Amino acid sequence: MKPPPFSYHRGRTVEHAAELLRELGPSARLLAGGQSLLPMLNLRLAEPAHLVDLGSAPGLDAIRRDGDLLVVGATARQAAVENSADVRSLVPLLAEAVEHVAHPPIRHRGTVVGSIAHASAVAELPCAALALDAQLTLLSADGVRTVGAEDFFTGAFTTSARADEIVAQVAFPVTGPGTGQAWSEFSLRRGNFPVAGAGVSITVADGEIVDVAIAICGVSDRPVRARAAEAALLGSRPDPETVAAAAAASVAELTPRGAGDLAAHILPVVAAPVPAWGYRASVAKSQVRRAVTTALTRAGGVR
Amino acid sequence: MTATHEPATGVDEIDTDPAALHPITITVNGTTHRLAVEGRRLLVDVLRQDLRLTGTHTGCDQGVCGVCTVRLDGATVRSCITLAVQADGADVRTIEGVAPDTRTLHPVQQAFWEKQGLQCGFCTPGMVLRVQEILEQNPCPTRAQVREGISSNLCRCTGYQFIVDAAVEAAERMAEGS
Ligand SMILES: Cc1cc2nc3c(=O)[nH]c(=O)nc-3n(C[C@H](O)[C@H](O)[C@H](O)COP(=O)(O)OP(=O)(O)OC[C@H]3O[C@@H](n4cnc5c(N)ncnc54)[C@H](O)[C@@H]3O)c2cc1C
Ligand code: FES
Ligand code: FES
Repeated sequence: MKPPPFSYHRGRTVEHAAELLRELGPSARLLAGGQSLLPMLNLRLAEPAHLVDLGSAPGLDAIRRDGDLLVVGATARQAAVENSADVRSLVPLLAEAVEHVAHPPIRHRGTVVGSIAHASAVAELPCAALALDAQLTLLSADGVRTVGAEDFFTGAFTTSARADEIVAQVAFPVTGPGTGQAWSEFSLRRGNFPVAGAGVSITVADGEIVDVAIAICGVSDRPVRARAAEAALLGSRPDPETVAAAAAASVAELTPRGAGDLAAHILPVVAAPVPAWGYRASVAKSQVRRAVTTALTRAGGVR
Repeated sequence: MTATHEPATGVDEIDTDPAALHPITITVNGTTHRLAVEGRRLLVDVLRQDLRLTGTHTGCDQGVCGVCTVRLDGATVRSCITLAVQADGADVRTIEGVAPDTRTLHPVQQAFWEKQGLQCGFCTPGMVLRVQEILEQNPCPTRAQVREGISSNLCRCTGYQFIVDAAVEAAERMAEGS
């Protein structure tokens, strides 16, 4: 199908786009790369009355270091982030996760920030943002506020951003010495959304884990932090048994979800099979084990 | 004269008519077109219906299959999930712009022909454009790298082996030619 009718507005700047969203009201939607929104429009899963296009607003596509943060602007394409040497060296988890998003022709247009704002429970980038404790800058006609990733994701495709707020940028903490990061996922076909995936950042000092963050996708209505797994690892001198125990703990506290609940996250591939929760949970455990093991190796802390 | 008191708005007058036409300029295969399109007009429909360039196909309309692939400022994109207004100012290449002239095929097209890289041909325009991009980025790919690269495009005839053969053959020809 084709998109339903909407009125189209080009944001000349991010502030202008925010003013347009305010004026047009809650039936307006922001358009970034369109790689989630356009399939939804074509499938008539969304029928916004107005679209506000952020695509040509200047100065928003930056990928730059700002002190201890790597800042990704709202219109920075996934392909640009993937190919950035800065991202690879400063936030390796983001670089590794973005490679798993869809296929190159989609990453040529899709934005990193748009994927995070879209907040799919199975998507790589919201999960990576959660593991990295990313900070989101929300801009509206009222001004600017900053929200941490954990407070940003509030449910299926739902965030703490109001309809008239734009995620102007996302800031990721830069890794330091002794930190290893890894993304691991399993998907049924190359380029599909994962059944489940895990993003891990671990800091090792003198053979002991002094900092650890683990986020998983595919097992809830949003990406979740695996707090019990983190607790099992923190302060330990990691060996394969500890890692396996942490992986087992990573899904133990989650509530099983019905298939209908998970089906909503398979978009835009409507006909794709929807793996059941038990399968997703077991895949999630393996991905946690793999990502933790790789992150430890990269941190130089595994024997 | 009566003073009119407009409510103070931060933006200029907003036209909320969905049928409003937006002027765009796109260069397709070297020819510049000035068009007026509705906001919801897809790039693939501008190419196929307005410009009559029906080599770009349309299949799933949701970004999954890749038959609508075109190159936008050099990069492959799905024209079914790209609005025409988003392509304003862009340089677009379609399959019609791949061959150097009407009598000569591009080496990638020639290799598809010789290696039977097409059966029904429905996926072929997208496959050729994607293979062209893959070879530009990596002039000497392994079969596995080609397979990975074309995983963005579906072939309903499932002729993937021959498409990979064609890509490898094209890489060899282009290496000889350069
Ligand atoms: C075939 C296919 C396969 C895909 N596979 C994957 C995959 O494996 N993993 C994955 O993660 N994604 C996948 N995607 C989705 C893709 O990554 C999208 O690019 C991404 O989800 C959305 O980014 P966008 O810039 O295209 O946003 P858009 O589609 O333009 O916007 C998506 C939503 O976010 C809102 N939004 C966008 N930017 C902002 C902002 N700055 N502030 C506030 N709201 C905003 C929009 O209003 C809209 O509601 C796939 C897409 C396709 C078509
Ligand atoms: S028609 Fe565009 S990807 Fe299928
Ligand atoms: S040749 Fe028929 S779809 Fe590929």
